[in-house]
Amino acid sequence: MTLDTTKHAAGTPDADQPWAELGLKQDEYERIRDILGRRPTGAELAMYSVMWSEHCSYKSSKVHLKQFGEKAPASDAMLVGIGENAGVVDVGQGYAVTFKVESHNHPSYIEPYQGAATGVGGIVRDILAMGARPVAVMDPLRFGAADHPDTKRVLPGVVAGIGGYGNCLGLPNIGGEVVFDPCYQGNPLVNALCVGVMKHEDIHLAKASGAGNKVILYGARTGGDGIGGVSVLASETFDSTGPAKRPAVQVGDPFQEKLLIECTLEIFNEDLVAGIQDLGGAGLSCATSELASAGSGGMRVELDTVPLRDSSLSPEEILMSESQERMCAIVEPGKVDRFLEICEKWDVIATVIGEVTEGDRLEIFWHGEQIVDVPPRTVAHEGPVYHRPYERPSWQDALQADGADKLARPGGGEELREQVLALVASPNQASKSWVTDQYDRFVQGNTVLAQPEDSGMIRIDEESNLGVAVATDGNGRYAKLDPYTGAQLALAESYRNVAATGAKPLAVTDCLNFGSPEDPAVMWQFAEACRGLADACLELGTPVTGGNVSLYNQTGETAIHPTPVVGVLGVIDDVTRRTPMAFAEEGQLIYLLGDTADELGGSAWSQVVHGHLGGLPPKLDLEREKLLAEILIAGSRDGMIDAAHDLSDGGLVQAVTESCLGGGKGARLVVPDGLSPFVFLFSESASRAIVAVPRSEEVRFNDMCGARGMPATRIGVVDGDAVEVQGEFSIPLAELRAAHDATIPALLA
Amino acid sequence: MARVVVDVMLKPEILDPQGQAVQRALPRLGFDGISDVRQGKRFELELDGPADEAALARVRELAETFLANTVIEDFTVRVENGPASGNEPAAETVQAAS
Repeated sequence: MTLDTTKHAAGTPDADQPWAELGLKQDEYERIRDILGRRPTGAELAMYSVMWSEHCSYKSSKVHLKQFGEKAPASDAMLVGIGENAGVVDVGQGYAVTFKVESHNHPSYIEPYQGAATGVGGIVRDILAMGARPVAVMDPLRFGAADHPDTKRVLPGVVAGIGGYGNCLGLPNIGGEVVFDPCYQGNPLVNALCVGVMKHEDIHLAKASGAGNKVILYGARTGGDGIGGVSVLASETFDSTGPAKRPAVQVGDPFQEKLLIECTLEIFNEDLVAGIQDLGGAGLSCATSELASAGSGGMRVELDTVPLRDSSLSPEEILMSESQERMCAIVEPGKVDRFLEICEKWDVIATVIGEVTEGDRLEIFWHGEQIVDVPPRTVAHEGPVYHRPYERPSWQDALQADGADKLARPGGGEELREQVLALVASPNQASKSWVTDQYDRFVQGNTVLAQPEDSGMIRIDEESNLGVAVATDGNGRYAKLDPYTGAQLALAESYRNVAATGAKPLAVTDCLNFGSPEDPAVMWQFAEACRGLADACLELGTPVTGGNVSLYNQTGETAIHPTPVVGVLGVIDDVTRRTPMAFAEEGQLIYLLGDTADELGGSAWSQVVHGHLGGLPPKLDLEREKLLAEILIAGSRDGMIDAAHDLSDGGLVQAVTESCLGGGKGARLVVPDGLSPFVFLFSESASRAIVAVPRSEEVRFNDMCGARGMPATRIGVVDGDAVEVQGEFSIPLAELRAAHDATIPALLA
Repeated sequence: MARVVVDVMLKPEILDPQGQAVQRALPRLGFDGISDVRQGKRFELELDGPADEAALARVRELAETFLANTVIEDFTVRVENGPASGNEPAAETVQAAS
């Protein structure tokens, strides 16, 4: 087979090219020919096809994502914003924190263990590439119905993969979510978040500048892993009928990644890199074109110098390979020797594969012959942009009109009791310990809070006790009913979760999981969710620092619920002042903060008791949300509250159950005047939390809430060994615990 | 009675961290001249009856659905000590559907 050089391509304009098989559309292929003034070579076609895929180019989502920048609130905390490997936030004392959530949905369906494991590996390298030491991970997960046989294949594999990779790396897994819904059958969502810490001066960016600087590829050898993964897997709908496309799945090696982390941090420490990028989706195609595109010059790469695991790989395959545990660095010539020395010390293979050039072209050579000659921006940053048509689906009105108010409500105490037990035992509300116990939560010794707390919290300075808290949330049921409000509710819940532990929310990362952008109804959901999230971020003062979009999460015509997963990062000056969720002291007073309305649309109760989804999600008042956060933070700082738990899906009774079981203490509750016991227990009104207030602090706490206009209602007391709602029912803790704890192991273990 | 052997190997393009670890250890232990190691699994199945076509078909089915993860692994099925009748192939290679 003759090598398809640029010269050969220029001389054979009519050669047939497999652009369609690589996922390019006719007009995209034509555009590549226009840019180059000739047909692309095979290698160029490979690069464009992966980089212009939905996963890498954001071609359908870009026009909507713009709002996160345009509407970004002014924030002193933001050090690096959207567009880099991950955003960076100032948390004080000279520290900066970087965090990001990404999806690894499609690979995890095909090969749950390796898909989820390499998802962790990928996000950890993103964080590392910013110059930070990764300190914690968390994983928001969505699966099909809990009792579906395929969930039994996918979930244990995903959980073992996350645990296996993260535990081997020695990174604590401090939170996340596990949600079941039949809409995720065939399209499970495996999102992965990583948090990293560095000093301000250690921030590194992904750009290649300075002609003569060397391009060094280091880490694992390149093999035939996941070739075309992004174009084939992450950017096309699974075909529900035909045989599944099964390109090679990437297999990760966490021990190699650990070496890569330590090696890279030592290299940073000696200030040896001018630019750095991890290799993830689209592999070398992505790293070389993005580095060159972001820098000032061009780049020349000798592709045949890339260390291979399989010597038969073609240049196209090398460019597209998604072999894991690789990084690409730009290094001044005088520092190359020291760079290679450090790699050698850590047993990491490192190879100079090219250099930054004066020009503005990315040129790639194969045994001396030029096979790629492209303007890098056209590959990396100036890909196609689609203004896809979007339209509010015709069924949306009917769905919203089908409210939860017409559902039969429990008649009396006995029925309430049954429904409470059914709720806390339902797969979505039940204890997820079976999952989270497979993750190491405390390795490295800095974990302050982890699941099932409202947010995970990590100490980042052992002297000052400075710490950060991170929570992720997303409710696809709410978003299905109203994507605009649903996305805002996801943010509000995450924000509230961070504040409930006593940390001040600072910044946002999001993973937007949706169906096919080629469906105008899905595109409308996406547009609405972006608009809602951007508006709410502006109002709450928490900018989006980065994230990821995962489209084509659908099988045939059926899309998943729109699922914007929102991560919020907060800072706490002294982690010893954190607020846990559990009720620990008998006699403390339980207060409900916020207003409770009759809001059951999209609620856990409507799902568990009636299998219903319809109506409108709870209303959201962002001013109130901010006030609630201020109260929770002040209460924690000034020692007025000893426990706090946010109210979200499942409502008050779910929160009380978790706080009681967490501390092994019961609660006596009184239904406040003006509320029915049912609404009191099950409503999911937003911007609410329960807190436990020591009696000695009651006056001070009430004064604070009164002065700031925060509704605070005393609803009971921590007491006994049952959850009792006076005049209605009582459930012994043992019975509650059995219901809450048994479900997941029974389904999956 | 017959013994059927199922060998399961990672597909050639899939990374094999265990094989690599063995390969890296070899020179340290003084074994030179080995450029690559791939590690796999071997299953020995004792059949109650003869290893006829029907039995082998069942073994192939169980290998494909249970012994091997055909997303990332290939397997081969062969009869180790074939029955006296001898009208089955002594060894047979089955590639996993991919």
